[in-house]
Amino acid sequence: MSDTAEKVKKIVVEHLGVEEAKVTPEASFIDDLGADSLDTVELVMAFEEQFGIEIPDDAAEKITTVKDAIEYIEKQKAA
Amino acid sequence: MFRLEGKVALVTGASGGIGAAIARALHRQGAAVALSGTRRAALEALAEELGEGALIAPADLSDPAAPAALVEQVEKSLGALDILVNNAGLTRDMLALRMGDADWQAVLEVDLNAPFRLARAALRGMMKKRWGRVVSIASIVGVTGNAGQANYAAAKAGLIGMSKSLAQEVASRNITVNVVAPGFVKTAMTDALGEAQRAALLARIPTGRMGAPEDVAAAVVYLASEEAAWVTGQTLHVNGGMAMV
Repeated sequence: MSDTAEKVKKIVVEHLGVEEAKVTPEASFIDDLGADSLDTVELVMAFEEQFGIEIPDDAAEKITTVKDAIEYIEKQKAA
Repeated sequence: MFRLEGKVALVTGASGGIGAAIARALHRQGAAVALSGTRRAALEALAEELGEGALIAPADLSDPAAPAALVEQVEKSLGALDILVNNAGLTRDMLALRMGDADWQAVLEVDLNAPFRLARAALRGMMKKRWGRVVSIASIVGVTGNAGQANYAAAKAGLIGMSKSLAQEVASRNITVNVVAPGFVKTAMTDALGEAQRAALLARIPTGRMGAPEDVAAAVVYLASEEAAWVTGQTLHVNGGMAMV
């Protein structure tokens, strides 16, 4: 697992209070991990803080799974 | 009831009469209180009076960057905020025909924009804590309007709408967002009124007296307390019955 993936997983576990095993790449924040809309905003803000990037609203809307988040962040870091 | 031990509060405009009364009341209930305002000497005097559990945090809220910096500074010293009291405000009274853009904007900036920025900054920590209280001090004129105060009334009405919206956004996190709307309260501002003006004003107040800053502070303590957990998005009018809305 990449460094980014590890950090994303850690943030999700901390913010949503879910078991680490449930945070699979395909897991949907809302459908599988019990997040509500406020949680998803908090997660995006935590990603921004952790990785020093800006995630605009239209991009944030498309980040619905753990994998979406990792891929978006890795793309931003590479750019 | 209404004890606030272990809570961290920020009161803006604490160098003024109502703000100082609010800070004293929260402190008396056991909260650690950060005193913000523009007049450093007044804040220092109040901090000294309160003793332990009081911190001065001077800020000029007409600066758009000040609110976030203020919250950050207070949270570094006292820990994440539990209670935010948006009390700071200013007036630039004049009839609309004479009101320049600068008079309008100066009031909106401090009385509405700054409370929004402060709430936005404070809510982050409150969401993490899963507990919070935001209380904004509006005014009866935000509901009734007042000739000569188009800017002030607009800002105070704006606080009410803003608070109702924020209340809905964060209710699931045990954070309440409410408003206290004072009527005529005895402060340096109302002391400047002439005898005739004062008599005319009193005739409109069923309780027959001007409010005291402590009347407003008691309402803030209530809304800041655990006991008021089921009260959110509300405006509590503290006006001696002058307007029953």
